Amino acid sequence: MADRPITIREALSAALREEMHRDERVFIMGEEVGVWGGTYAVTRGFLEEFGEKRVRDTPISEMVIAGAAVGAAMAGLRPVAEIMTINFAFVAMDAIINHAAKIHYMFNGQFNVPLVIRTTTGGGKQLGATHSHAPEVIFAHFPGLYVAVPGTAYDAKGMLKAAIRDDNPVLFVEHSTMLQRRSPVPDDDDFVLPIGKSDIKREGDDVTIVTFGKGLEWSTEAADQLAQEGIEAEIVDLRWLRPLDLEPVFESFKKTNRCVIVEESLPMFNVGAEIAAQLQNELFDYMDAPIKRVAAMDLPLPYNREIELMALPNPQKVINAVKEVL
Amino acid sequence: MAQPIIMPKLGFDMAEGTLITWTVAVGDAVSKGDVIAEIETDKATIEIETTVAGHVLQLLAGPGDIVAVGAPIGYVGAEGEAAPDDVAPPAAKPAAQELAPAVEAAPAPAPSVSPAPAAGDAPVPVTGDKFPGRIKASPVARRIADERGIDLSRVTGSGPGGRIVKQDVEDFPVEEAPAAPVTETRAPVPVGDIPTGPDMDTIELSSLRRRIGQRMVQSKQYVPHFYVTTAIDVAGALALRQQLNASVTDETRKISVNDLIVKAAALTLREFPNLNSHFYGDVLVRYNRINIGIAVALPGGGLINVVARDADKTALGAMAAQNRDMIARARDGKVKTDEIEGSTFSVSNLGPYDVEHFAAIINPPEAGILAVGAAQKVPVVLEDGSLGVGMRMRATISVDHRVSDGAEAAEFMKAFKDLIENPMRLLM
Repeated sequence: MADRPITIREALSAALREEMHRDERVFIMGEEVGVWGGTYAVTRGFLEEFGEKRVRDTPISEMVIAGAAVGAAMAGLRPVAEIMTINFAFVAMDAIINHAAKIHYMFNGQFNVPLVIRTTTGGGKQLGATHSHAPEVIFAHFPGLYVAVPGTAYDAKGMLKAAIRDDNPVLFVEHSTMLQRRSPVPDDDDFVLPIGKSDIKREGDDVTIVTFGKGLEWSTEAADQLAQEGIEAEIVDLRWLRPLDLEPVFESFKKTNRCVIVEESLPMFNVGAEIAAQLQNELFDYMDAPIKRVAAMDLPLPYNREIELMALPNPQKVINAVKEVL
Repeated sequence: MAQPIIMPKLGFDMAEGTLITWTVAVGDAVSKGDVIAEIETDKATIEIETTVAGHVLQLLAGPGDIVAVGAPIGYVGAEGEAAPDDVAPPAAKPAAQELAPAVEAAPAPAPSVSPAPAAGDAPVPVTGDKFPGRIKASPVARRIADERGIDLSRVTGSGPGGRIVKQDVEDFPVEEAPAAPVTETRAPVPVGDIPTGPDMDTIELSSLRRRIGQRMVQSKQYVPHFYVTTAIDVAGALALRQQLNASVTDETRKISVNDLIVKAAALTLREFPNLNSHFYGDVLVRYNRINIGIAVALPGGGLINVVARDADKTALGAMAAQNRDMIARARDGKVKTDEIEGSTFSVSNLGPYDVEHFAAIINPPEAGILAVGAAQKVPVVLEDGSLGVGMRMRATISVDHRVSDGAEAAEFMKAFKDLIENPMRLLM
């Protein structure tokens, strides 16, 4: 099967289109997904192709989008709800956390919630403090909700198809500045990646970099530069914050004995904190240096472009952290 | 609520202790402070008191079991309360395993009766900022060092702040590692078959004997000793002692020559705080209190230090009575923990054995030790140039050259000599 390089945006569109053709219970709802073709143009042409019954524009109310989608999923449909940015998902927190993630459990398995909520995350676009969060970790806090954080077109397609086919609710988080990133993706209707599997994106013996989403981009660039200095970083892309697959991280750490965790989250109580805790607990006798975390600065993201970029991680910060543990 | 009785840490280098006997049984009522068990450490047999009142619910360790410091050996709680079943059994091991013949494991890691290599025990070249004496090494470096029998105190750290990292231990020449004499008393001994035959007996070393061996090897290996000797006119001091003792009829209140020496050493140390110290790599810890360790020979062989606390401040008579009591109990193996810990300087006196003169090995991390011979009648040149007979006692101080130099040691000996030769000051 020939893999052809496509963008993440194209990968997402392809996944949605293929799954909608495959299963007529799959439908799309959200703000501007229909007539406008999606804020990020992922669903452009879908209204014409699938009709307004399966591509539904909604009012500007995230609680309605998430709440109606949960109800539709309980009733037997397989909604793919779009929340324009993850910042607005805070409004829909009750539907996502208290309903989507809990109903199967609260009703003793009588209901499934085969729901996918697609949303975009991340800062760096001068959208101000309230519209620039990368708060995926908040949603990963709760059992019952899967959280997908793809960083390549390949993963975006395979993971979104897996999310739509799975009977559990999935928050599918796309990074708003990565939609144009290109990578080879199988042109195959049944290309589905397993849920909850991390992936070694680069092999190396000197340090383990654990990351996801936008962090993959920063880490890859850092690793390229480090390689020129003879430092070989191994990059583990988590891909899913829930289910969290740390086996590849542990295996890598046994080899490198050093770890840097890279993410766009705020630094307090983030993914790095969880992984560092698990690493020292599982592999204390393999540690050769303190575990370092690269994250956003602990502040509301500034509007000023230069200061905003200072507050976010970047490849140089990853390089600095790697050198601190070597 | 059942409270655990834990194996106490009775010394800064104690890793485990042997339960000798319980003095209570399950069901017995105990009050806070009651003696409940006897524990043997490397140094002494010590009575353990309970810190909680109640009834003995469970005894986890049996006589002879070796238990790690901090592990529970039993439980005390309310009468009739169930012993906690979900507790993990203590890290008890049959004593026999610990007493495997010394030579059998020659290249293996240190025997488990020895403490972790050099952690806070011996002077160490690498120290953390916050924890003087602790070797800074990463967990993986520690594990590899342990697996290969590498003594971390001999490894130079290349990591931040001198931390020993994996690469450092991997680069450390392994063939040298088994030598690691710091924790191996037998390392310098030829490795091979132990000779046996009808003309010889093989004696297994006691844990005390091994411990002394380890510590002395550590000291001689790492501590650069130098020695300063002086002869002291003790005629006046002996006369004073006779006079003092003549006035007391109670034998237990009499003052020994050793008491005078300890008192004089303590008062001298007030003027030499540098020598009243412990050496920890990059750090010297000077003590404001002067606690003199007194070496006591034990009847079965071996020796331990009992500690005359605040020997500079305690009145001679009171100190003499305490010393006599501690020394007697030390010989019976019944000293208390705080009587054998915390010395800041030591004195070893072989005078009673009619020894002219000797030099002692420093007890790390202390900076020095004073060795005292017997008071002997010797020919002396009198002030008018004629020959006469005098009473002289020769004393030798051993000093860690990393802490001090010859001049200071000589000044110390001069001051010590002045005190003994003007003994009334010992009573002030």
